[in-house]
Amino acid sequence: MNNLLAVPMLLCLLGAAATFLAGRQPRLQRAISVSAVAAVVIVAGVLVWASDTAPVTLWVGAWPRPLGIVLVADRLASVMLLVAALVSLAVLVYSTGQDEDELVRETPVSIFHPTFLLLVAGVSNAFLAGDLFNLFVSFELLLFASYVLLTMGGTRDRIRAGSVYVVVNLVSSALFLVALASVYAATATVNLAQLAVRLQELPPEVRGVLQVLLLSVFAIKAAVFPLSAWLPHSYPTAPAPVTAVFAGLLTKVGVYAIIRTQTLLFPAEPLTVLLGIAGVATMVIGILGAVAQVEIKRMLSFTLVSHIGYMLFGISLATPAGQAGAIFYAAHHITIQGTLFLVAGLIERVGGSTSLDRLGGLARVSPLLGALFLIPALNLAGIPPLSGFVAKLALLQAGVAAGTPTSWSLVIAGVVTSLLTLYAMAKVWNRAFWGVLPPACEQTYRSYDDPQAGRLLPALMVAPTVGLIGLALGFTVFAGGMYAFVARSAHALVDGSYVAAVLGGGG
Amino acid sequence: MPANLTLAIVGGALIACGVYLITERSLSRILIGVVLSSNGVSALFLVASGAAGGPALIGLTPKAEMSDPLPQAMVLTAIVITLSVAAFVMTMAYRSFQINGHDEVQDDIEDARISELARSDAASASYEDMQFSDTGEDVVSE
Repeated sequence: MNNLLAVPMLLCLLGAAATFLAGRQPRLQRAISVSAVAAVVIVAGVLVWASDTAPVTLWVGAWPRPLGIVLVADRLASVMLLVAALVSLAVLVYSTGQDEDELVRETPVSIFHPTFLLLVAGVSNAFLAGDLFNLFVSFELLLFASYVLLTMGGTRDRIRAGSVYVVVNLVSSALFLVALASVYAATATVNLAQLAVRLQELPPEVRGVLQVLLLSVFAIKAAVFPLSAWLPHSYPTAPAPVTAVFAGLLTKVGVYAIIRTQTLLFPAEPLTVLLGIAGVATMVIGILGAVAQVEIKRMLSFTLVSHIGYMLFGISLATPAGQAGAIFYAAHHITIQGTLFLVAGLIERVGGSTSLDRLGGLARVSPLLGALFLIPALNLAGIPPLSGFVAKLALLQAGVAAGTPTSWSLVIAGVVTSLLTLYAMAKVWNRAFWGVLPPACEQTYRSYDDPQAGRLLPALMVAPTVGLIGLALGFTVFAGGMYAFVARSAHALVDGSYVAAVLGGGG
Repeated sequence: MPANLTLAIVGGALIACGVYLITERSLSRILIGVVLSSNGVSALFLVASGAAGGPALIGLTPKAEMSDPLPQAMVLTAIVITLSVAAFVMTMAYRSFQINGHDEVQDDIEDARISELARSDAASASYEDMQFSDTGEDVVSE
């Protein structure tokens, strides 16, 4: 059973090598990458089931413990892995639908599949990593894949967006290394479970420095205000499937790392006020940015930043209910933000643009597209009974229960942000789906008054989008069971079962 | 643990120079900055590994005189990563040079547009004060 932990990484890396070799046979490439990611989904599903009894651990290479690299899947890691793998699979299927049509226009897509698989390998390994240095290597793996995906084709816009993204991430990687060196100097280990024990023996000042260093690194990755400016700058220019998978996964890996370090390494110093202020600022400033935008992809990038604030909200409370809300919100947000970017790609296909100034009347052209946008948009804003509402409700209840001034301001900011999200989404709906098309733009409007508009929405692109919307609806239908599961994961974060499973010789 | 002050100062100086260069606009200077600061970070790892010792090979060095091999492994990984990143940034700088004739990081066009609107205190084209009607008449101004 515990050998399963190595499977996601191995499958993706081998798949990447195979698709790289099969660069001239697009069909074979697609078959390999889709089946590799589908297998990761199955493994993640098994891990969710297995980790519900006790965390699953694997000491890679069977070095004497606690030397060597350990992979750990507790409830938090495996549920994140499952949702991330499902979204990756949907995005991959979507991109194969896109290939059929855009192979001619988009330049070298033969590198898309190997790079995408490397990205999934990095993300899976980041969730399963049981030591800080392995986490760093996973980050580098997924970042490097993301550099390539973001600058794919090397057009002017993508190079401009890519250079900002690459430089910011280089700085954060250097900072991560500084943090690692300091952690190693202070404790002589990078194993998370050992750190959890040894950090408590350090003077509080040293521990504080290490905590703030690690938090800053992960806050850059998670796009927490004021370290979030790079995200809306770099995401919107990439192709739709790339943006969707970035939006779903990359920032959430940062959020996951924050949850992990805060609960496992520094349970005594929750930094409630600092994280609370960062949460309020991320939510409100992010959503104000979204309201100002006229380009759908940029607007979605700003809502992405803003909704990271909700996860910080839950983390900063440092109560099991808050952590559970944050985990639930992360799972919901991975799905829904990815879906919206996929829909933005469909809008671009039908309307020829994602700028609100060049769109109008889409609901009449394609009612299907209207439905595909409306459901996740309402879900993002948190309209009952969709999963966004359930997740926000869990956070607000946890905030009210904490009852401190910080938590009350987080509650207020959360409600305001939810309303402003609804406003931003309604703006897209009014301008792009209702009304009529600006006459100057009819040339770019590929399907306007075209009876064959359905052809622009190939089944391979619509099906994964519908699947993700269905997954998000599933979060509502099974909200009881799922909330119980994340509540158990949140309790397990602080009850010492992680340390016991890794160091206790179990597994 | 006796920390090596010289190494710490060297590391600090390298990182400081690197950070200065990273704040420049030209990608090739940023690249030099990244390489400098990553070398600084590697020096920091050597500080973290404690007192210098013999090579960590069983049979060659007695156990008490060995240096800690783990930070060295980490530094090696970091060096490999920096190497590949440097190659990537160089490619990007060259591509930027091919397209733009220089390798400076560009301002975001959309940001510039919005801040220009704010400066002139004008409403954006998407400002929501138009009416929607079903007359088929176009009321959305471009």
